[in-house]
Amino acid sequence: MPLFLVILIAAAALVFGGARLIGNDYVFFAGYTVLQFIVLATAWNILGGYTGYVNFGSAAFFALGAYATVFVHKTYPLPIPLLIVIGGAVSAVVGFGMGYLTLRLRGAFFAIATLALAVVLQTLVVNWDYVGGSRGAYIIRPNEVALIGPYIQYLFLLMLALVVIALTTARGIERSQLGYGFATIRDDELAAEACGVPTLRLKLIATTLSGGLMGMAGAPFPYYIGYLQPSSAFGLEYAVNSIAMPMIGGTTSWVGPLIGAILLGSLQQIATVTISSAVNLLIVGLLLVGFVIIAPNGIVGLVQDRLRARSK
Amino acid sequence: MPLLEVSRLSKRFGGFVALDGIDLAVAAGERVGLIGPNGSGKSTLVNCVCGTLANATGTVRFDGAEMDGLTTHERTRRGIARSFQLPRPFATLTVADNLRVPLLYTVNARSGPTLTPAELDARCAELLALVGLGDKATRLPRDLTQVEMRKLELARAMAADPKLLMADESMAGLSHSEVDDIVTLLVRLNERGITIVLIEHIMRAVMKFSQRLVVLVSGKKIADGKPDVVIRDPEVERAYIGQ
Amino acid sequence: MPVRGGQRVGLSFDLVINALIAGILLGGFYAAVTIGVSISFGILDIVNIAHPAFIILGSYIAYIINARLGIDPILISITMLPAFYVLGAGVYQIYYESFERRGQEALRGLSFFFGLLFVTEVSLILVFGVDYRYVEAPYIGPSWHIGVMDFPLRMLVPCLAALAMFGALELFMSRTFLGRAIAAVAQDQLALRLMGASPIRIKRIAFGISIATTAVAGALLIIIQPVEPSVGREYIGRVFAICVLGGLGSLPGTVIGAMLLGILESFTATFYGPSWAPAVAFGVLLLTLAFRPAGLLGR
Repeated sequence: MPLFLVILIAAAALVFGGARLIGNDYVFFAGYTVLQFIVLATAWNILGGYTGYVNFGSAAFFALGAYATVFVHKTYPLPIPLLIVIGGAVSAVVGFGMGYLTLRLRGAFFAIATLALAVVLQTLVVNWDYVGGSRGAYIIRPNEVALIGPYIQYLFLLMLALVVIALTTARGIERSQLGYGFATIRDDELAAEACGVPTLRLKLIATTLSGGLMGMAGAPFPYYIGYLQPSSAFGLEYAVNSIAMPMIGGTTSWVGPLIGAILLGSLQQIATVTISSAVNLLIVGLLLVGFVIIAPNGIVGLVQDRLRARSK
Repeated sequence: MPLLEVSRLSKRFGGFVALDGIDLAVAAGERVGLIGPNGSGKSTLVNCVCGTLANATGTVRFDGAEMDGLTTHERTRRGIARSFQLPRPFATLTVADNLRVPLLYTVNARSGPTLTPAELDARCAELLALVGLGDKATRLPRDLTQVEMRKLELARAMAADPKLLMADESMAGLSHSEVDDIVTLLVRLNERGITIVLIEHIMRAVMKFSQRLVVLVSGKKIADGKPDVVIRDPEVERAYIGQ
Repeated sequence: MPVRGGQRVGLSFDLVINALIAGILLGGFYAAVTIGVSISFGILDIVNIAHPAFIILGSYIAYIINARLGIDPILISITMLPAFYVLGAGVYQIYYESFERRGQEALRGLSFFFGLLFVTEVSLILVFGVDYRYVEAPYIGPSWHIGVMDFPLRMLVPCLAALAMFGALELFMSRTFLGRAIAAVAQDQLALRLMGASPIRIKRIAFGISIATTAVAGALLIIIQPVEPSVGREYIGRVFAICVLGGLGSLPGTVIGAMLLGILESFTATFYGPSWAPAVAFGVLLLTLAFRPAGLLGR
């Protein structure tokens, strides 16, 4: 496990170094979005892919992190790493609370409840003037950071760190007893209980972890975007992408969301610039529906099938 | 004191009464057969004892303790195991890993020494050999035959190291010799000290296996005693011929 | 709606009675919107969260034809019933082949419907843009006044149409063989097979009916309020809140749940302002799921 962490950190350092070499700030702005999606997709997959409980409200947890930052920033500005911890904690607590209320019910009810949560939170935020309400909130960010340079590079670095944390967590879970437990919940919850798996407790762990990671991804967002509106924080593209990226990449392994996020994230960056953002979302939606019907195990699944066929 | 004591257990689904005041006592080490026509409440009884179904009236006492309010996994950890009527293996885990789950989450979760990874592997291998699936350890459940899946189902229940095993229709659709295999296996398990309640339709197996026979019809217990006596009870005959 | 400066207005009889009436009329309409989900979720156990997308589709179709030909939107929707039925049957077939048969409904089925919802909304944005669209009809505008009570016709007519649709469906479900087979398919597939009916076919018909109702619901929606593509999302919460409140699978329960939600939303909008309205449905849903998942009339 420590080896994996070392490799990841090395890879992250390479990515950062490579981006600096290119010397164009746009790489950092676009790259930040892709990295953000890696975290969101990985976080979603811990709950959705590993335990089989679908979360339609990723935007809610993401926005909670973002708005926690706005709230704290208005009260007393803190360094971003601390804000990330706070955003993650807030989202984790909400994830736990919502899980506690709804995870005893069937997966379908949980999924609907996550949708409900997103709308309720958005309505609350829209009506809360302290964090800007529907008018939005401005976050003034510094231009430069000591030792690193342009501010966007600092944000990029932070998001890289979050990617390392998310991927390490996901892979760590996969290979642990917890991972077995999650898989049994996904495969057959009733049988899992009969084998002694404390399903509610494990589901709560998954929801809390997943929500927490999403909140951490959302915490730096106001600094990235400068002007935060509820419609952008709670945007539908977060919900769709958090689901589409793992489903297309493959839900059974930590590699799936990574592949899905890099592929779809880059695709969308290109499409938004060349075509339009609406068409770009349409493509994501169609890909989601297509993959779910034709290749339910995603790209990872297709590769695994190909390998298994060849070894026979 | 009986190992399992069910008192006045009733369960309704809306207007439908699935169980109506069932009293059942099972002594430690017994081999009990539970029979009855389709829809008589046998599986419902198992589900209520194991905690899969809630909101039943009456009491279930196991090993001297009241079970009401305990979740299924808590009951499993106390020593009640069950196999499912339709096998429910963990489809994405290998056969061996299917057995590892109850070892990790039940046996290791109990107080007392936890099994080391080496001991876990050994226990898996032992259980697989016991049911004759030793060479299928690394396969996925979907590669197994019907019989093999039922054996896996039983092995998985056994992996939880239970005091009481409720085997729900483990033999449906099996051939003559396959049924004999399972009965032999169950008797062997019982000789190791595990109390077994066998829910079955296959009369030959039930008669061969049971020391005591209980008959359920429309949610009520209509007979409870020695198998050869119960089977000649006119009310039992009527229940079966009348269906 | 008199909410002055975001502050509460005093409790006057006029206000209360009209909020009540608006709530009931709204509730009738909500029943029309939800009845399809009562069938697909309550009876068939299919979590079709794309249901509101079909409704919005119905709204836009009513809008196009009404704008071009001036035909009454409710009439339009009745002619669209067969098309929507076929659409529903087709969607069910895909759902069944891809997910239900393989036991994958939980994760993949849900994602499928979510994808459908999303694709529909984005496609509508691409074709029609995000401007609000509305229809023209003689009953949009005038109100009946009886004493202090106001009955806006643009709400009364849809409410009556909704109740008519509900009545027709209830008769169908209780009096015809097909209707009773649908009610039974959730509980006893074996019995159905023994009677020579194929459960898959019954479910397909039922889902087709469920989507057919969205044609009418969509027309009613655009009569009541102007429509733009993202309006559907508000209705996801409403629809499932009503279903859960009323108890899954109970058609009369759906109407009662719809009325309750309509009244609740109406009072919230009157006394607290309309920007809180979306939260009401979803808040009700969360609370019901947390504390009384079987619903008020549930089994």
